Order: sequence, then structure tokens, then C-alpha cells
Amino acid sequence: MQSQLPLYPPEASNFAPHVDALMIFITSVCVFFAAGITIAIIYFFFKYHRKQVDAIGVPIHGDPRLEAAWIIIPSILALAMFAWGAVVYVDYRHTPSDTLDIYVIGKQWMWKVQQPNGLKEINELHVPVGRNIRLILASEDVIHDFFVPAFRVKMDVIPGYNRYNTMWFRPTKAGRYHFFCSQYCGTNHALMGGWVTVMEPTEYAAWLSGSGAGGANPVAVGEKLFAEKACITCHLANGTGRAPSLNGLYGAQVLLAGGATVTADEAYIRESILQPNAKIVARYEPLMPPYQGQLTEEQDIALTEYIKSLRSQPVPVKGSGIAPVRGDETAPATEKR
Amino acid sequence: MSTAPLVPEHELPDTHYLNATYGSGRSIRAWLLTTDHKRIALLYLASVTVFFFIGGIFATMIRIHLLTPGGALVSPETYNKLFTMHGVAMIFFFLIPSIPAILGNFLIPIMIGAKDLAFPKINLLSWYIYLIGGCFVLYSFGTGGLDTGWTFYTPLSSIYSNSAVTPAVIGIFINGFSSILTGLNFIVTIHTMRAPGMTWFRLPLFVWAHYATSLVMILGTPVVAITLLLAGLERMFHLGFFNPSMGGDPILFQHLFWFYSHPAVYIMILPAMGVVSEIIPTFARKPIFGYSFIAASSIAIAVIGFFVWAHHMFVTGESTYSALAFSFLSYLVAIPSAIKVFNWTATLYKGSISWDPPMIYALGFIGLFTIGGLTGLFLACLGLDIHVHDTYFVVAHFHYIMVGGAVMGYVGGLHFWWPKITGRLYPKALSRFAAIVLFIGFNLTFFPQFILGYLGMPRRYHSYPPEFQVLNVLSTAGASILAVGYLLPMFYLFWSMRYGKVAGPNPWPATGLEWKTDSPPPTENFHVTPVVDWEPYDYRNRPDLGLAAGGPLAPAHGDD
Repeated sequence: MQSQLPLYPPEASNFAPHVDALMIFITSVCVFFAAGITIAIIYFFFKYHRKQVDAIGVPIHGDPRLEAAWIIIPSILALAMFAWGAVVYVDYRHTPSDTLDIYVIGKQWMWKVQQPNGLKEINELHVPVGRNIRLILASEDVIHDFFVPAFRVKMDVIPGYNRYNTMWFRPTKAGRYHFFCSQYCGTNHALMGGWVTVMEPTEYAAWLSGSGAGGANPVAVGEKLFAEKACITCHLANGTGRAPSLNGLYGAQVLLAGGATVTADEAYIRESILQPNAKIVARYEPLMPPYQGQLTEEQDIALTEYIKSLRSQPVPVKGSGIAPVRGDETAPATEKR
Repeated sequence: MSTAPLVPEHELPDTHYLNATYGSGRSIRAWLLTTDHKRIALLYLASVTVFFFIGGIFATMIRIHLLTPGGALVSPETYNKLFTMHGVAMIFFFLIPSIPAILGNFLIPIMIGAKDLAFPKINLLSWYIYLIGGCFVLYSFGTGGLDTGWTFYTPLSSIYSNSAVTPAVIGIFINGFSSILTGLNFIVTIHTMRAPGMTWFRLPLFVWAHYATSLVMILGTPVVAITLLLAGLERMFHLGFFNPSMGGDPILFQHLFWFYSHPAVYIMILPAMGVVSEIIPTFARKPIFGYSFIAASSIAIAVIGFFVWAHHMFVTGESTYSALAFSFLSYLVAIPSAIKVFNWTATLYKGSISWDPPMIYALGFIGLFTIGGLTGLFLACLGLDIHVHDTYFVVAHFHYIMVGGAVMGYVGGLHFWWPKITGRLYPKALSRFAAIVLFIGFNLTFFPQFILGYLGMPRRYHSYPPEFQVLNVLSTAGASILAVGYLLPMFYLFWSMRYGKVAGPNPWPATGLEWKTDSPPPTENFHVTPVVDWEPYDYRNRPDLGLAAGGPLAPAHGDD
């Protein structure tokens, strides 16, 4: 029931009701205090208006009990706001494991979206209702920010070889909603927006296959690139090559030279392609040239998706830098630095 | 209301700092080479007002442009330059120097009973550094402009922008030293030059606020100066501090930038809080409620303010633990501000409240600052920030703090001390009217922006979807009222310099040391070094003020 002048955008994701409830809570507390202060000031202003030119006020210097009261009560309320806000935020930053992954690339001044089957969209994003969606965000140039007011979520899209920011949400209402770039990114920042279309799952599936003719499967594209870029000459599947086998890599714990371990998520794979020397797998030499600047973002995504697809391949034991214990069977949580 | 004069007609003193004949007297040269803190304050007043006008013209163009969804006035490039240059001019060259360098400079030595600041020549140097920095920035504005946003986020500023970024960052770098030297001067002066009897807890709260401000200036400004210099070096020499394609980290820039630029908000608001802490007890004619709590809360704000910077980065993908810590600390810094608001309000209780213009401005400040401060609670809230971050909600919030708070405090302070600075009074009714116009215009301009923000309108948009138009038009309408509220004081204050009624040493009357000397004060501030034997804001034991010693309804005695 949106009136002519709505006070809030449509509520169309799992987060929207929580954020709105928070908003109502904090607004109520603030209106209470602002109204109290205002009424007190106006009342005193008239009540104690100077009647005689040389009158002075009653010399009251303070009251420790009052001071204590207006330190402690606001502190408790502030703590409540902090805690509630933290609960919503932690939920937002902890991606569930059963997400539908969609890549979103920002560049001055457009958004390129790649659906799981490789279907590409420009300034449009189609998602099914009721499904947990994870957006994997990369930037080709400056910092952007993907913001969907109806979902009450946003996340910066940051350039760099070692970053994929991710965000997740579950659309709850079919419809078309604005998305915006909300991090200032240059001349046409204001035009860098588009529409999210939330569809019923069956509609979405039909849409995906119906218009999928143009989209090449990213895994297939990545496999081709893997051969073309000669990755395959070192990264042998059986683990006997000069570079570690990538079978079973995605989601696993990788033991690095120096003893640290890292979870092989999208950001790790991206970094290892673009700046391989940043993290060297234990027992391997730093031989691989950096591919930063050699690959387009789409090619990088395709390679990443291909490498991710190898997770179901048998993991070689000998010579592998991958720690024997795999991470849990699901995709890695996206809580990353 | 009663307006019978408490004191007979006054005359200006024969010699005072404005007409003194030391050095080469009243020539331009004598002004440009002066080391008198009061004259330097007026030099700042002139130059800061120029930047306020420049920033104000940009603001006007922004609001006109946003009348229509497609943008009514300028191209996207120009719009981006307008809001960037508005921010740079207003923050670095108006808001940060306004109260400290004008009112602080003028008043701190007099308030503590000193003849000048500790380093008078460095004080003059600060002004010249400000001018040089200002010239670089104006050069940037004039030769291609600046389109990075006042936040200069990399890699947009260091690599992608085609505007005149380099001279702008050099200008802000240079200007930083002006701020640092002013802070240094204040701290040394407050420590070493207090008159006999002026103990720390007899200091006016204005001085406490400036002490806290000076700490932030000294500890924070070097960081932003070097950060912007790094961005400039990256731009000029293609070094890779922040450039991700060279292994740099664009987020590092944000950490360094906000390490200063969040505390910088307190550089803007703390002095305004100091002004209000002077005005309220004066026009309620009673001691301020909770003096030590207000003094301590200034220091607390300055200290905690250094540990909240990453709340500007909740949606950069920073670690959840970091976000939790910074959210918590951001709530913590809200408490000292709340303490001040409660104490100011309590000071009004059983006061003898006059409706003089400075009081109207100060009460307006409390109203606007309260809204600005409370809306900070929305932004400090992690779950809510992911929605309102980088929207007009933020724009509204910080304008309530910086314009509703800092500028209202600045204008209120000018009204309070104008009789001291110029020796003359301005038309009271007109200035009360101006204060009310300012208050209404301000709310009409910025309150709709809270709603715009929650609806999802991102900031820094030269065009916007049509459903946001009504609120934008409302905001622009408010801005035109706001402009009247700013122009009126400029006219009548200027007018009063020549035609205003002579004020006398203590027209309100107020209790501070600055009111014990002539208006305008002599060059050496006091004819005899004062000795302080009274508590701050004490009216009861001050027969020299000529007021009744009873309560608010005490009968007048011998009133002629």
C-alpha cells in the first residue's frame, strides 16, 4: 500500500522487514528524546522568560543524580540499538550455503551481470523469488556500490586482484525494483543503475533457458581458456605437474608456504590467477606469471567457474598442496578479509 | 518585553585594536603584518566569508539543478564538480577554520586574561598558509574544477578523474598546516598564559571546547595531509599506494582519510558547542548546569572521536568484527554529546531567560544538533547502515550537524560577541527574525532528505528517478528560505559596524573576562592584568554586573 508520498521503499527481501523494524525502533527512541528536549526548551523559554531587566536565575550548579541518569539511560538504549543492528548485520554478512551465485561486474558506467548458465545481462538482474541469491561483485575500474533499496542491502564493488565482495539476499516478492550505484564513481554515476526483476522460480527457469541461447556456459568457456592460456601445462589434474592440481580445490583449506592456511573461495582463486605470487602453495615454486591485465573480468570469471567446477573431481594425494581435510561440503562462507 | 537599557548610553573607547596606531597604524600594511590576534581574527573573518560565499553559490546551483529529475541546470560533469567544490570549500576552508580561527582567535586570549596568543607571529603565519592553500584550491576550481567528491576516494581521484585534482590536494595539504599551527598556538596559550586566578575549572567552556578541538587538529590533520599528498603523488608519478593494478589498496586510502575526516567533524562541532555553552548561561543568567560534565564531555568527544572512523566503511566488505567494534565505539561517542544537550536544557530551568538574538540562535542550535546527533544513531547501527549508507539520509544527517550545528553556532557566536568585536549592536528584532528564518529554512531544506535517503536516493546523483521529485523540490524551496536566513545577518551585521548603537563593555551582561574590558578591546586586551576571583557563569556574587541578586522574580532595585 504505497501512497503518493511513501516513507519507505517496497519490502521485497528477507532483510527488508528487519531493517524497517530497526528503523521504527530507533526512530521511536529518537522522536521521544527529540520531542522531550524540544518541549522542555519551549516550556522553559516561556515559563522563565525574564520579567525584569535585572533579574537573575536561580543558581543551580548541577545534580550528580541527574547526570548519572542521563548517562546511564541513553547508554542502555544505545547498547540495544547496537545489539539489534549487529544481529541484522551479522546475518547479512554470513552467506548461507545454498545460494544461487550470480556475478556482477561494475565498470564506468554500467553493470554487467552473468547468470549461472552464462547468460549475460546489462543493467538488468533477474532473480527467482524465495531463493537465496549471492552476488559476487567485481569492478573493472573504480569503486562502485550495488544498492537495491527494496532489498535494503548494498555492498561496495572494489577493484583489485584479491577482492570479490559478495552480498546475499532472498527476494520475497515478485516485481521490478530499482538498483543503483551508490558509491560515487565519476561522470555518469547517477546513470549507473537498472532494474532487478524478481520472478517466480518457474518463470525464472523458463526465462533462463529461453533466452539462454546467447550465453555461453562459463565453465565451458573457462575450460577452453584453461587450455588456451596454457594453465593446463603446469596444473596437471593428477598433481604431478609443476603447479598444484586444482581438483577439489574450491572450498578446501589450502596450506601455504610458511604454514598458513587459506580457504579457497572465489577471492582466493581470483588472486591466485591475477597475482599468483601473493600466496604460494606449500611445496611449490613461485613460477606462475601474473595474469593481471591479461584477462578480462569475464575471462577471469569463466576460469574461476571452471576451477570451481573441478571441486567434484577426485583429489590427487601426492604432491598436492591441498590439505587432506576438505572444508565442509558446501561452498565456503563468504566471510573473508 | 522590557527593553529599557540597563546601563546608560555608551561611547566607543578612544583607542582600541581597530584604530590603534602601533606599527604603521591603520594602513593596509599594518593589517597585513599585524600580530594582534584580534586583527588576525578579522582577517580570517574576511577570507572565510569569501569561501562561504563560494561554497554557497555552488550549493545554490546544486539545489536549482535538482528541481527536475533529469537535472535542470548543468551537465553531469559540471554537477559533479559543483558538489565536490561545495564540499571542499565549505569543509576545509569555511567550517574547519570558522569558529576556531575567528572567534577562538579573537576570544581565547581575552577569555583567559592574556595579552595575545603564545605565538603571535605563528598566528599570522597560519593565516597566510590558509591563504596560500586557498589559492591552490581556487586555482583548481578555476582550471578544470574538481570532480572527485570532497572525499577524494581512490582510484577515482588518483587515476580516473580528469579534473584538477593535483592543485586541490596540494592546497588542502598546505592548508592543513594552518590548522595544526592554530591548534598548537591554542594549546600552549591555554596552558601557559592564564591570568592569576584563572584555574582550569574557571575556564569558560568555550576554552575547554577549543582545547579539545586543538587536540584533534594537531593529532588528526597531519594524517589527512599526508594521505592526500600520497593520492597526489600517485596521480603525478604513478606510484602505487592505493592503485589496485599496482598492488595498492584503495581501502587503505579510506582508512587514512577517515582517520582524520571523522574527527574533523568534531573540529567543526566542538567549537560550536563551546559557543552555545557560553550563550545559554549568559541569557539564562545562571551558572551552567554540570560545568565539569560539559568540559569533560568535550575531551571525551575529542578522544573517542579518533576511534570511530571505520563506521564510514561498513559496506566496503570490512571484517564483521571490525564493523562490530566501530559500531560500538560510534554509539559510545554519542553519549558525551547527549550529556551536553541535557545539561544545556537543564540550565534553562529556573533561569531568567532573555529572548535576545544569540539565545534564539543557541536554542536553534540545540534543536538542529539534537536531530543531527540522533540521526547519527541510525548510521552507527550496522543493520540500518547497509540500507541508508551513501544515500541522502547521510547528506541530511551531516548537514544537520555541520550546518544546523556548526554554522548555527558560528552565526550565534558572531551575534553574541559582535558588540565586543565591533563595539556596536545590531538591530535585535531583525536578527531574531533572521534566526527564525534560518531555522525554518534549514529544516525545510534538509528534513525531506532524510526521507529521500530512506526511500533509496543515493547521494551525488545529477539525475534521479521521477518518484523522488516532490521531496527534492521541497528541499530546494527550503534552501531559498535558508539563503535569506544567511544573507540577512550579513547585511545587518555589516550595517551595524558603522550605524549600530554603541554597545559598551558588557551589553548583555555576561560574566566572562572578555566582558570586563572595553568594546572593542584595546590592543593589549586589558589596561591592567585582570585577577580572577569568581567562578564561571556566577551571577549571584558579581555586584559589578549591576543585577539583582535574587531569583528570576526578584524585584528590580534602583533601575534607571
